[in-house]
Order: sequence, then structure tokens, then C-alpha cells
Amino acid sequence: MKLVNRILATAAMAAALSACAAGGGSGTSSGPATAAARPALVNLDPYPSTYRPFASVPTAIVGATVFDGEGGRIENGTVLLRDGKVEAVGGADLAVPAGYTRVDGTGKFVTPGIIDVHSHLGDYPSPSVEAHSDGNEATDPTTPEVWAEHSIWPQDPGFTRALANGGVTSLLVLPGSANLMGGRTVTLKNVPGRTMQQMKFPGAPYGLKMACGENPKRVYGSRGRMPSTRMGNLAVNRQTWARAAEYRRKADAGESQPRDLAMETLSEVLRGNILIHNHCYRSDEMAIVLDMAEEFGYSVSTFHHAVESYKIADMLREANVCSAMWADWWGFKMESYDGIPENIALVHNAGACAIVHSDDANQIQRLNQEAAKALAAGRRAGINISEATAMTWLTINPARAMGIDAMTGSLRAGKMGDVVLWNGNPFSVYSRPERVWIDGALMFDAYNPRLRPVSDFELGQPGEGDVK
Amino acid sequence: MSRLASLTLRLAAGTAMALSAPALAQDIAITNARLVIGDGSAPVDAGTVVVRGGRVVAAGANVAVPAGVPSVDAGGKFVTPGLVAGFSRIGLVEVSAVDATEDSNSRTSIFSAAIDIAPALNPLGTPVAVSRIDGVTRALVYPGNSSGLFAGRGALVDLGADRDMVTRAGLFQYVEFGEEGAARAGGSRAATFLHFRALLQEARDYGANRAAYDGRSTDNMLRRADAEALLRVLDGRDRLFIKVDRASDILAVIRLLGEFPQIKPTLVGAAEGWTVASEIAAARIPVIAVALTDLPDSFEILASTQSNIGRMRAAGVNVSIGLVDDEEVHKLGYARQYAGNLVALTRVPGATGLSWDQAFAAITSGPASAAGVDGDVGSLRPGRVGDVVIWDGDPLEVTSVPVAVYIDGVEQPMTSRQRRLRDRYMNPVEGDLPNSYDR
Repeated sequence: MKLVNRILATAAMAAALSACAAGGGSGTSSGPATAAARPALVNLDPYPSTYRPFASVPTAIVGATVFDGEGGRIENGTVLLRDGKVEAVGGADLAVPAGYTRVDGTGKFVTPGIIDVHSHLGDYPSPSVEAHSDGNEATDPTTPEVWAEHSIWPQDPGFTRALANGGVTSLLVLPGSANLMGGRTVTLKNVPGRTMQQMKFPGAPYGLKMACGENPKRVYGSRGRMPSTRMGNLAVNRQTWARAAEYRRKADAGESQPRDLAMETLSEVLRGNILIHNHCYRSDEMAIVLDMAEEFGYSVSTFHHAVESYKIADMLREANVCSAMWADWWGFKMESYDGIPENIALVHNAGACAIVHSDDANQIQRLNQEAAKALAAGRRAGINISEATAMTWLTINPARAMGIDAMTGSLRAGKMGDVVLWNGNPFSVYSRPERVWIDGALMFDAYNPRLRPVSDFELGQPGEGDVK
Repeated sequence: MSRLASLTLRLAAGTAMALSAPALAQDIAITNARLVIGDGSAPVDAGTVVVRGGRVVAAGANVAVPAGVPSVDAGGKFVTPGLVAGFSRIGLVEVSAVDATEDSNSRTSIFSAAIDIAPALNPLGTPVAVSRIDGVTRALVYPGNSSGLFAGRGALVDLGADRDMVTRAGLFQYVEFGEEGAARAGGSRAATFLHFRALLQEARDYGANRAAYDGRSTDNMLRRADAEALLRVLDGRDRLFIKVDRASDILAVIRLLGEFPQIKPTLVGAAEGWTVASEIAAARIPVIAVALTDLPDSFEILASTQSNIGRMRAAGVNVSIGLVDDEEVHKLGYARQYAGNLVALTRVPGATGLSWDQAFAAITSGPASAAGVDGDVGSLRPGRVGDVVIWDGDPLEVTSVPVAVYIDGVEQPMTSRQRRLRDRYMNPVEGDLPNSYDR
């Protein structure tokens, strides 16, 4: 079952456009670059975020080693949180104002909240029964009209594990990879909610999940329909982009045409307002996708799963595309056969954007350990990477890929107070999150059983409220 | 994949339990080691291990190197027994989703319990080398699904770079209860228990009068070959590995086993084992358990927690780690990451983990003990196979890897197809010729 999930669920991420849909409204530094005006008739944010930060108190974490998420490291550091934001980050000389709750971080480590750029929590929730299989609208090879947020089940217990064991504070949930164009992604803050909207990251751009390779051609080829080959994959993609270009032209020209939800999403990609998250294992296919993007005038944010990025790391640097990767998964399918443990380090070493992702409800609880493995493999290959730099693979890099880096992803004054206090070096297998703040609010405390969320599904069941 | 044509029947050979001799057994001594015996004892500094004829002859702090035995100075590094995978399909699978390279499942075979995985093993499969250089030297290899309730006969193998993986063929029979067993038996747990009893009764009938047994009658569910395999379970020649997770299923299986006193059982998975740990301990059944499963992925593992193994251990259960249907082909080294995580739990309030010594034993002597082969593999106690690993750091840390691996005393090549790819693409930009000329 796990293998099936891994093969089918692998998705690319899509960026969401919400309140910031006019492009750059969120102030992202690497988000949509060519934002253009759109027809005013369409509500671009019909399912708006209702997330509000939870109550917080001014907090000072003192005495810890701080990884700031952008490559910086401070020994005996001080991190101040106030009004839900990072107020200041500095050394021991940074004064703690009166009235702040002091947290002793001696011997501990502080990092930004971990960000997973590839998750299916909520869309393929636990328990993984057929009734919960909501991640692939596998009835047509292109479904850019579906939105992952409309499948999110907020009661997925996986969210709570990602928080308590993984220190994950933001995540991108994508449709699966059965389809060439799987639908829009949704960016969530990892807080419990009664509704998806209460978890939705305010101001995050939408993304579109696309998929290369084996999955689309297998799913549809086995039904005797196109695509059944990689060349069929490209043909269907290109024909669809051609339709989208025409739809966009008419829309921008103010010509009337029937509303088409699929074409609306693709038009927004072409306008630069939706980010492309492209599931793609093989390097040769990535190169073709980059040409296709050029042909139709869009850009790719991130190649997901990207087990062969190391073979074209120079080209990915030139194309300014991120690679979201596992530390060491390989061999479960033909297009993962050339995966190597040094992939992440080699991509980083080439100057390209490297991200550690999970695509898995278990791995999302240990992304720090996956980064540690990748770092160690790189060092053994002679690549000198600091721990502080490797932390960017889990923080600012995924934030950039998701277009939320102006808001979170590093411990910079004014950013969201998304912070993890680890009980040891997060690059050690022996370390775990001790406290997790989201927008300055303490949402998990290992020493306070009351601050351990329990989903509705687990209430009244064996093991309810256990440390898990 | 149909493999009727290639299926090799290995029927009830009384010699199957004999250890196959290593081809190139060697003598080796490793000195100046932070020596881990693997039996749960604490590491010993300045330790020495001596292997002669492929077997450990001595290991400890005050061990002299016999004359004529080549010696390696470990420089204070960790030296341990090779890891023993408690659950694997190593050697049976190359690419999981490529059916032609996937030899663990036999879903449309007319046979079930008699299917012996041993002749399907391929020591040259690329996953073998990947796990070998990650410190895994032995593995229990489980059959996947058959068409029946019993999956077939599993083996103990070595991961040495030679032609023969088999250490002990036919070591155990594998059967799944719970949701999977219900599906095998026709849809319900009740049917699983009935099938189990009925199949074993038929095997007894067969054993009582082989000539009279009509394995092709519509009344019979067992082929002769399968009946022979189940006789080996009934009299304890083959152990019975039982996959079971839900607390009520574990208790029901313990009761069921009371009807078959000769069977030598091992529980596998046991995600809710911690909730019935005292009953498992009282039944004295060893467990190869999932380690980090903590989500209610199905309704039979609602109580799963990373504290599962620690709590069972605290209750007196002989419990070790298995990658149960989880990285069981391509990354057997995940077991030591899981073991390290169980040590991490000792610092998490409300959780129960393992000490470092216990955790290391849970991936070496533990699985060997659960399979009844701890007299031969899984530790550096005298008499065990000379599987020794020198590490560049704490072997339970995710940042550590082996610097040398010995299997049956034979030093192993520290390479794999993955390393070759890495070396080819350290600088991906082509030189005068395409990368395909770089090797």
C-alpha cells in the first residue's frame, strides 16, 4: 500500500493565488515575476483564508544555538518573538525587554519552522482507506480545474505528528501525480482547524501540480487512452498549453468566452501568478519541460522528487529552478532507479536551489534527519557544507519555492514567528522538537500534554493523546 | 509475473537447516576499537575482535591477536557486528514497480506455503550492495503474497559480494493475520482463523498417510507440496512468522497458537503490541516490530506509537526492529536510523525508548534471536559468523557510515552502482567526450 501511495501520490506543487493574486501582493522576492492584470469578473479568491494567529505572549528564547534559516548560525543566541512576529535575533548581547517570557535554550537549538514543499496530508489522510483517497482526480490526464484545498480533511492526524515530531509549521499540499496537470496546490499553516480555510496560509500564491514520466502514461495508457508514452505526455501538455494561451488572449482582450475553470488556472500560470510544481524524476525529462515552459512562456518553480537533478545541476542553476528531493529514496520505480544519496548536496554544490521534501506522512516527521543524511553524504563526497547552510534546504528554500519567503522561512525581524526549539542539534538523530511556535503562539510543548493537539479521529480511540 | 516455469520446488529437505559454508572465509583481527558486541552490553573501549575461518573466536577488551592473523587498527572507531535486517525482501526485487524484477509476490501461483524464496535470490541485484555498504550483512527475507493464506518459506541470507546469498533456506514460514489475512481468506478475520486451522489439519492428514492424500479433490485446499511445507511448521522445523498488528488480533493469535504447541512462533509488525505487552511476554513469543509507525494508517494500528518497542521491551518482551513493508528492499540501513530514533525517545516526556545498547541489539542480535539463529549471527560473541563493521562515527547516527565491512571474515568492496553514478556526475558538465565515457 505504501508503494502504491508513493507511486501515485507523488505530486508537484502548485502555488495558490489568494488575496495576493494580483501578483507580488505578498511581497515575495522570488514569486511571480510577470504578474499581469486579469479580467475583473472572476473572483480570484473564492475560498479565502480565515486563519488568524493564536494568542501569543512576548517570548525570548535565550542561550540556544540559532540557525536562522538563511545560512546564518549564532552561538548563545537570543530570539525575540512579539505580536506573532520575529522581533529580533541576535547574540547574548541582545537585551531581553521586561515582561517577556524567557525560555532557556542552553544546550538546545533554534530554527525557523520546518517547511515541507511536498505533502499530501489532508488529501491522502490517515487512515488511508479508499474513502479517504482524495488526491488524484484520475479521470482525465489534465485537470487544472481541481484544487487540492477542496480535498483537505483537517482532521488528518498526520498534521499533528508533523508538528510535534517534525517541527513543521507550513506545508504545501499538492494533488497527486496521476495526471499531467493535477490541479492547484494549497499552502497551509500547520495548525488544527475545523475547516481548511482556517489552516490556509494567508497570502500564499497558488501553484499548479504537473507530472512527468511514468505515472500519467501508465494511468491513462492502461485505459487505452492518451497519453500512453512520454511523447504522448508532451503532446497532451502542449495542446493544453496552446488552448490556455488562446483562452488567456481572449480574456486579456476582453473577448467573451464561456468560463473554463481549467483554462483559468492555466491562464494564471501564463500570467505568472501561479507557480509550477512539476513532479519529474529524470533529468532528460526536466530538460524537455524547461523547453516546454519556454515555448509557452511560463516558468517552473520546482521539480519535485528530482532524483536525477544531480545530472543536470548546472542547467537547473541556469534555469533558476529548485529541486525538491529525498535524501535517499530510490529504486521503487524505474524512473527512480538512478537516485543517489549525494543528489541534494550535488545540486546545492552546483549553485542550484536544493530542498528536502517528504511526500510522506512519516518522512515529514523527520525532515531534519533527511537533511542530515544528505549533508553527511555530501561531506563524504568532498563537498563542504555547514549545518547552517543545510538548514536552508528545510526553511528559506522551500519558502521561496512556495512564494512565501517574504513572510516566513527564516528568523528575520518582521517575519512570522514560526520557530522550533529543538532539544539538541537537529542534525542528530537523537534530537526532537521541544517547543513549536506558529505566528508567535506556542502550539506544541513536549512538556505540556495540554499543548499536544489530538484530531477528532483519534478522540476516544486506543492511544488517544499518546506522545506518538 | 508468471513464474510457474521457473519455480523450483524445494521440498522438505532435511538438510535445509545446515549453514552453507562461506566461500572465502578469512582470518582478520580488528584492534583499538570502540567495540560493540551487539548483545545489549555496553561498548568496550580499546577492544579487539578476532575472526578465524570466518567465525568470531574472541572479542573484548583483553583479547590478543593470534600470530599469523592479519590485523587492522580501528583507531578508536566504533566496531560492531553487521546489522541483521529483521524484515526484508533483499535479493528478490530490483525495481519494485517493474514486475519482471519483482520476485517476492506469487499472487497467481497454484502453490502457497511451499514457495521457497531461496532460488530466486540474486546477490548481484543493485540493492544488495547499497545495503551492504550501509553496514547490513544479514537479512531475514520474507516472501510477499501468495494466492493462499500462507505466503511461503523465508530465508536468512548474507549480503556478501559473492554468488551465494543463502545462509539458511526455509528458515521460516510466513502468514499474515489482520486485514491482509482477512483478504487472503475471503474477507473476514473469522475466515482467517478457520483457514489457518483447516489448512494445518489437512497437512496433518497428509502427514498421517501421504499415499492416501488426495490433494486435488475439491474438498482439499492444500497441494501436496504445500502440505509438506506446513508439516514443517507443525513440528517446529520451520518457525512460523506471523504478521499481526491489532491488539485483539494479537491476543486471538496467542490463543490460537495454544492449540499448536509444537509451532515456534514469531510475531511481526505488532503495531499495537504495547497495549498487550504483558500477554506477549507471558506467552514468551519474540516480536519483530515496527519502530516508528505512529499514525493510524489503518484501523488495525490505531494505537500505534513510536514508544511501541520501548514499552514492549519494558514489559519483558523479546522485541527487535523490522522494516515491515517499509524500505524492505532498497534501504535496509533505515533500521539503524529507526534504532537511533528509539534512543531519542528516552529524552521525550511520556515516551518510552531504548537505551543505546538495547537499540543496537534490536538491529543485530535481536532479529537473530527472534528467528532462532542468534547462535550463528547477530553478535560478536565467540562462534558467530565474522560479520564485522568499522564505522566513521556512532552507528546509530544518520550522519555515520561504515568505512569497512567484513562478511564471514571477508572484506567487502565498498562500492555500489550508486557510488559509480555519483563519481560520474560529481561534475556533470561534459569534458571532451560525453559522460558515458567516464568510468
